[in-house]
Amino acid sequence: MPDTLTQASSAKPAGLAAVNDFVVKFANVNGSGSASANGLFAKSIIRMGVPVAARNIFPSNIQGLPTWYEVRVSGAGHLGRRGGVDLAVPLNPQTWDDDVKEISPGGYLFYDSTKPLPASKFRDDIHIIGVPLTAICNEAYKIPRERQLFKNICYVGALSWLINIDPAVVEQLLKEEFASKPKLIPANLAAFNLGRDWAKANLKPIGLQLQHSDAVGDRIFVEGNAAAALGAVYGGATVCAWYPITPSTSLAEAFTGYCEDFRTAEDGAKNYAIVQGEDEIASIGIVVGAGWNGARAFTCTSGPGISLMNEFIGLSYFAEIPAVIFDVQRGGPSTGMPTRTQQSDILLAAYASHGDTKHVLLLPSDPGECFTMGAQAFDLSDRLQSTVFVMLDLDIGMQEWLCEPFKWDDRKQLDRGKVLTAEQLEAGTFFGRYTDVDGDGIPFRTYPGTHPDKGAFFTRGTSRNRMAGYSEKGIDYQDNMERLLKKFHTAASLVPGPILRPASKKTRIGAIYFGSTTPAMHEALEALEAAGHHIDAMRVRAFPFSQDVYDFIHAHDEVCVVEQNRDAQLRSLLMIEGGIDASHLTSILHYDGTPITARFLFDAIGKRLDARKATRQITEKGPRQ
Amino acid sequence: MTYIVKPKLHHPSLPKNGLGFTRRDYEGRISTLCAGCGHDSISAAIIQACWELSIQPHRLAKISGIGCSSKTPDYFLSQSHGFNSVHGRMPSVLTGANLANRDLIYLGVSGDGDSASIGLGQFAHSIRRGVNMSYIVENNGVYGLTKGQFSATSDKGSKSKKGIENTESGIDLVALALQLGATYVGRSFSGDKDQLVPLIKGALSHHGPAFLDVISPCVAFNNHAGSTKSFDYVREHNEAVNRLDVILGRTPITTEYKAGELREVTQHDGSVLRLRKLSEDYDPTNRIAAANYLQERHAEGEIVTGLLYVDPEATDLHDRLGTTTTPLNQLGGGTLTPGAEALAKINAGLR
Repeated sequence: MPDTLTQASSAKPAGLAAVNDFVVKFANVNGSGSASANGLFAKSIIRMGVPVAARNIFPSNIQGLPTWYEVRVSGAGHLGRRGGVDLAVPLNPQTWDDDVKEISPGGYLFYDSTKPLPASKFRDDIHIIGVPLTAICNEAYKIPRERQLFKNICYVGALSWLINIDPAVVEQLLKEEFASKPKLIPANLAAFNLGRDWAKANLKPIGLQLQHSDAVGDRIFVEGNAAAALGAVYGGATVCAWYPITPSTSLAEAFTGYCEDFRTAEDGAKNYAIVQGEDEIASIGIVVGAGWNGARAFTCTSGPGISLMNEFIGLSYFAEIPAVIFDVQRGGPSTGMPTRTQQSDILLAAYASHGDTKHVLLLPSDPGECFTMGAQAFDLSDRLQSTVFVMLDLDIGMQEWLCEPFKWDDRKQLDRGKVLTAEQLEAGTFFGRYTDVDGDGIPFRTYPGTHPDKGAFFTRGTSRNRMAGYSEKGIDYQDNMERLLKKFHTAASLVPGPILRPASKKTRIGAIYFGSTTPAMHEALEALEAAGHHIDAMRVRAFPFSQDVYDFIHAHDEVCVVEQNRDAQLRSLLMIEGGIDASHLTSILHYDGTPITARFLFDAIGKRLDARKATRQITEKGPRQ
Repeated sequence: MTYIVKPKLHHPSLPKNGLGFTRRDYEGRISTLCAGCGHDSISAAIIQACWELSIQPHRLAKISGIGCSSKTPDYFLSQSHGFNSVHGRMPSVLTGANLANRDLIYLGVSGDGDSASIGLGQFAHSIRRGVNMSYIVENNGVYGLTKGQFSATSDKGSKSKKGIENTESGIDLVALALQLGATYVGRSFSGDKDQLVPLIKGALSHHGPAFLDVISPCVAFNNHAGSTKSFDYVREHNEAVNRLDVILGRTPITTEYKAGELREVTQHDGSVLRLRKLSEDYDPTNRIAAANYLQERHAEGEIVTGLLYVDPEATDLHDRLGTTTTPLNQLGGGTLTPGAEALAKINAGLR
């Protein structure tokens, strides 16, 4: 959207003024204990009924490197990143210069003024608020660790005065947070008041203000990884094999926690098994073995893990074995960018492995969908007897998002797909492991150990006929591959369909987007509409694409495909699978590792459409034939 | 010979086991391996062992990787589900299968390339994880299906069929299995069925990770003079430490033995491993002594065979994880899904 406040002038602009609509960015040192204080800051605003989108930007490091926490306050409910910073809280000397540079003109700089800083470290066009945090805490606390930890709560206290966070809300949150360690409640509250009282005595509230609201409703604040793990519990997963990799590790850890709570019998027996594999290959091998044997199994990983798992993913496709993979996408190999977000595994996952393979991808856009798709993935993979990917990214997976509460219908039954029972086999039901009896490409299977003399078969990748007999005949191979393709077409009718968000006026311009881009995209669409750009938008939620997606593309002259990767991977997938002409699809790409912002989208799409309008005007003015 | 369908006619006088099955009921398809392949002898030994133990064929799952050895599960126990999986990855597939249903018997069949080269990691980790399985390596020291390259168990100095000498150290999977925590470790020779069948029976009735290294000469690529995995070489250098009998339930000792000649080990499930000692001081329940003995004899050029180590009190992965006794693949939605009420509480905790 247009940022009217960024028009700088030589005189100091008036302080930004807004109610329930601004961006605060904290800069901290990793490992300094700032995360819980920043979390308290964000959650207290939510408790005041004001929607918040909070994002932790962190390094590949345990202690010492810079980390940021960005809190977007949006009474209007925009949960994507907006772009720009209105109030900066740079508490890390390493990144001071960059942090100060980012502040919008007229914005505010809140800093620890214990040590004097030269004037060159500041800017003329922003408002400076110094609080001697270190001095205040050094005076109040003797133990160095306490001085550091309480300094974090202390700055939350000072900020609470400046932007009007309700102290009663903070007190209530601290009581809940430390319910099991009640001694810490008064200690933290004292530190909070230390900062708040100092600010009250020395500073005036700033132009950015909070007011109680009811815009949060009954929404919950949760990470996508935790939501996906809970989805796996509700989806009936019993076997989890995984290997630690950022940003997926917390998914396995959350699954472990939920299983301890909900899957442990009174006598302590566990209705689940979790194995930390020696690598990603073993992890997916365990999943495939368990899926073959009739348990619902999953692994969670990120791009490099998918690379390693390729051979098994292919086997799952050819041997028709259910497997669920949560891919929490991130940037680049090795360390560094892997703590940043991307949507860059789309092609890798869609066509993973050797030979002719294609896989089902689910594309959740928030933690709420991580839960529902996390559960649904197990039904789909049992039904389709194949790998199903749930494609999260770091932004959804590791950030807490405000989303609708999780819902579950107790009447829902797990769909175990086409499995013949001992009774059916005994009754003489026909069993041909790779025979398409229903015309949907999906054959029946049996679990090992079902019947003494009926239903056993030998599982191979390929080289088998419809009855699972060994065959190297070309005609048998081709017959099988055609059936697998038919099964993939069936998948298109089973996966979640796209969601259309039509423009308010009829338009020939469309946009396709997915996943964590969603909230920023919705905000940008509103702003673009206000600026006269009408766009029909479609959020795709799964691969294979349904016919609706192709129809949508054909119904528009130009369709912008928005993605967070360099190579326009979703666009390639649309072109390959739908035979769409390249000129029909315009790429809007954002892949620097930070979550895409509404301002970026407004600019990028707006520029494209302005250029298009200009071209059309020239064309239309040209001589008619 | 793949076009030949194996006849299913049984000779009426074939002996039957406790389930009323003859040995033929434990057979599979006709082997497509080379005539005289050691692996076929191992398949025959597996059939014999399962028949003698009266195992219900459908309650056993046979899982393999890729290679000559990994093809063999198709050649025995046709009423068992089988899985010819990924090269070097049988252990992880077996681990997953075992987690899904702890009530089946898991037989993992692998080769020296499959387990000592590409799959060394999975071999090691499945054993240290304590998966309840019988892991058999059909060890011929070469890659058969790709025509005779050295594998990682080839001894240094062993010659290939083309006369090239192996310059790399050989991996001793038995030594590794002992170190990694296998609770039943044996070595045998495909040419010694009398020794092999009881070792397989012991492995199948063992609760915990059981590992068998079975030297199985490759008649096509590794059965020549200069090879340390040829029939002749193994026969000449085979030093058995004991002879094993596996007894399910108590049966009286009928043969007379000299004092100290017989050693009985009762396993957790009540099965008895009756060992006739061939080496005076060999104690198969002492892991460290076993490892030392193996090293010493290996240095002398001997191939030590027999039941080399057993821990009768072994535990498995399920014991360690505390998994429920009901197989996980039989748990229904009622047990697995916490329900809407629990979800409402979770939601409340996230506000």
